[in-house]
Amino acid sequence: MSLISTLARLEAVSTGRAQPAATVRHRRLSERPLVFVPLTTAGEAGAPLGALVGTDRDAPHLLVVPQPRDRDLRFTFLSELADVVLPYIDAHAEDVEAAERTDTDPETGKRVKVEVELCADAPQLIVPSRAGVEYVRLLGRSMRFRRTAEQDPEAPYPAPPRVPLLGRWLTHFGERARVPGSSLLLAMTDVLSRHWATGQSTLEDQHLGALLAWIAPPEGETGAEAAVRAELARDRDGQLLCPPAGPATDPAFDNKLLAPAIERYDRARTALAASEDGLEADDRLGGLTAAEREIRALVASRTRPTWDAVWRGLDLLRELPEAGRVEERWTRDRWSFTGHRDRVVAGEPPQPRRDDAVTAANKLAAREREQARLEAQEALDDPLVMAGRRLAGEAFAGEVTDVVMAYSEGKRPSPRPLVTVRTDDRPHLGERAKVFRSLGGKPQSAEFVGHEGDSSLVVLRVLDKMGRGKEPEEGSVPQKGDLVCFTLFEHEQRGGAKLPDPEQTPWTHGGPPGEQVSEPADAPTQEDVL
Amino acid sequence: MPLPRTRGTALRHRLAELRGPDVPAKALDARALAALAANPGCRRRAILDGAGVNKTALASALGSPSAFGQSQFALTRGNAFEAKVKADGGAELLRLVHEKLDRAAEPPAHARVPELTATGPEGRTARTALALREAIEAPGEWTLLDHPMLALDVAGSPAFLEPDAVVVHPDGSWTVVEIKSFPMLDGSADPAKVGAAARQAAVYVLALEAVAARLESTPRVRDRVLLVCPKDFSNLPTASAVDVRKQRAVTARQLERLTRIEEIADTLPAGTCFSPELPAAELTAAVESVPATYAPECLSACELAFHCRARSLESGAVTSLGRSVRAELGGLTTVEDVLSAARGESGDPDDPAVAALRRAAQLRAEAVAGCR
Repeated sequence: MSLISTLARLEAVSTGRAQPAATVRHRRLSERPLVFVPLTTAGEAGAPLGALVGTDRDAPHLLVVPQPRDRDLRFTFLSELADVVLPYIDAHAEDVEAAERTDTDPETGKRVKVEVELCADAPQLIVPSRAGVEYVRLLGRSMRFRRTAEQDPEAPYPAPPRVPLLGRWLTHFGERARVPGSSLLLAMTDVLSRHWATGQSTLEDQHLGALLAWIAPPEGETGAEAAVRAELARDRDGQLLCPPAGPATDPAFDNKLLAPAIERYDRARTALAASEDGLEADDRLGGLTAAEREIRALVASRTRPTWDAVWRGLDLLRELPEAGRVEERWTRDRWSFTGHRDRVVAGEPPQPRRDDAVTAANKLAAREREQARLEAQEALDDPLVMAGRRLAGEAFAGEVTDVVMAYSEGKRPSPRPLVTVRTDDRPHLGERAKVFRSLGGKPQSAEFVGHEGDSSLVVLRVLDKMGRGKEPEEGSVPQKGDLVCFTLFEHEQRGGAKLPDPEQTPWTHGGPPGEQVSEPADAPTQEDVL
Repeated sequence: MPLPRTRGTALRHRLAELRGPDVPAKALDARALAALAANPGCRRRAILDGAGVNKTALASALGSPSAFGQSQFALTRGNAFEAKVKADGGAELLRLVHEKLDRAAEPPAHARVPELTATGPEGRTARTALALREAIEAPGEWTLLDHPMLALDVAGSPAFLEPDAVVVHPDGSWTVVEIKSFPMLDGSADPAKVGAAARQAAVYVLALEAVAARLESTPRVRDRVLLVCPKDFSNLPTASAVDVRKQRAVTARQLERLTRIEEIADTLPAGTCFSPELPAAELTAAVESVPATYAPECLSACELAFHCRARSLESGAVTSLGRSVRAELGGLTTVEDVLSAARGESGDPDDPAVAALRRAAQLRAEAVAGCR
């Protein structure tokens, strides 16, 4: 945490209200995001209990698994989830625009431009918390290797038709969420705590209810009071007034309400199976339906507060204007979405359990590059973020006090003006250190020449973006009295060295991955089937 | 070195007094020890744990109940999984130990599973020590100790620990087995959970080393433990060897650093008692007589955390925002000190922490004002 954000937190403590940590919104919010609030069963891996999902804040779809250990009921849930999520994804996959991409021509090996489709917009999934992002990954993993009856008539427990496809998409969303600055899958707590500093620790910020309490405390209450209430207050039955944002449920809820309800459901089901004639069966079916309705009501009561909280968070974030460079990062999300759409259409197999060496190295390099890009872009978009960088000595701002024209030596002298900047910042400038400023959205570079007199006067030599002529182009050199801001970090990220094709993986990295084999589904186990 | 008997008895009496009349001592488990070792400066936790005070009951009596609890679904599943792993005389468990840790040894076709029941923790500890000694005297055989009991000296009082299992290899070395019900998905598990399991196992390794040191042959306690988890989405066991040398070293060092419980007990006013039966005001005063070192990490590790947090916030301590915050602020420890220094109302401008703070406040104010 930088000193500036610590200070913001302390101010939040003393004012009782969260303080801005950003002046603009650094993430894209789709006009029509798909909000997903899942709940899981404690102690089981990938056994969903239920979820609220949808794009309409007033009419979420409630999906419930009345007995989470029953494979058939689980499949019904996943299939219903696919019925909501996949049409939403498909709607974005159809609307495309023409774009260009540089590819290596397989015959000549040259870099050529190819016309490709780019989806005009990408879908956006919003979950309440970081644990929700992990859960999306887990669900994706649990589904993508399943085989449907159509794919494999021999499969012992075939999955419903669209479930493996949903698994591949959720895996893609989960994977993309690991790329810094991406907005395909967002955790509400992460986005909110990026934009506001609360008066509690980052650990406590993971609680969506407490976080919102600090950002928008109810009338007449401080953030601290409201946050404690959101965290701890329980009703007479010992249930939390603000249930955890999931996917894990509160143990008190599990033990006091859910477990008895599931037991009643199991009993009703056993009774139905044991009924001897039609009349009795009708009667007992009623009992089963009632038991199921009870569990649905329980799941709804635990997810609805979180659902409303996520939408309230979206309202708050929408009040902030979008930062200038968000559009560019969103375009990368669109490329990522289009790429996966194409892989699905081309009939490629699902993402493997483990990446091969080259894919893994590429992913890591991409994440590092995007992290650097995000840091640079956020600073350039937001004076408050830039203030943090200035305090850290990674940037400086000030007024131009003097400009002296100078030229490079050589056959065709080019302009290399010397600019003196007066600044109160203390940048860590080494000898001939390169610095950059944004000129019409493009970075202009300069090098550090030295200090003039005391260290508040920095002399720079401007190096580029001044045109081809002997005289610099209008407006390309700062004038005396201009306010300028230079950074020590680069504005644009260069790609690293190209990695070999997977077939050329050196032996040090396990050698070529070999033929891609379709990976087997997870073997069914006894207690999946009741 | 054993303490003189009178002193030991005196301490035990003193701790029983602190606990309150007729309140049974709550045994320290490995999880609590690992948590204690994570915050060695906290005298409050050290004395309460050392005296065997039930912190859950204490927190409720103080009016800040802890939020820990376990879902019965998780409990059922955890127990079912452990039973499955240990079924059939531990055949599957020993197969995993052989495969992951000791491939050179004879495969465990059959193993000795000694009976370890006895009365009381001291009795069970003695029974375990005996079983371990017998196992060494039967070289070339595998022995599985199911839920043995080990004793570890913590800040001057014994803690009884119950690992899921300990395996004695044919070469006489010992391995700690930790059975957990979180999944190992495609060969990897949640790093936070693995870390917690490793810290817990490290405590068992330390306790086993103490037993080994008392034996003539001083058998080797392996520094790689076996973590057994369900494989993917099934409940079939899979295992991984986890190197706990680092956790072992850290825990050992922290346990040494724990202030002697005796010393803390001596600083308490006479008549101090932590019995949950007492009225809240009296109890609060008793708890406040021992200083705590609250940090947000306590919330996930200590039953008393909400009480300590409320106190920390009341006093305006900056650590309630995180340990790292305090490091940045130099000698300024309360919220008001920091803010008044930042506003230029107090503090020495030559102090680098104060100067940085003022610069930060100025930059922040400019940036926020510029956007309104």
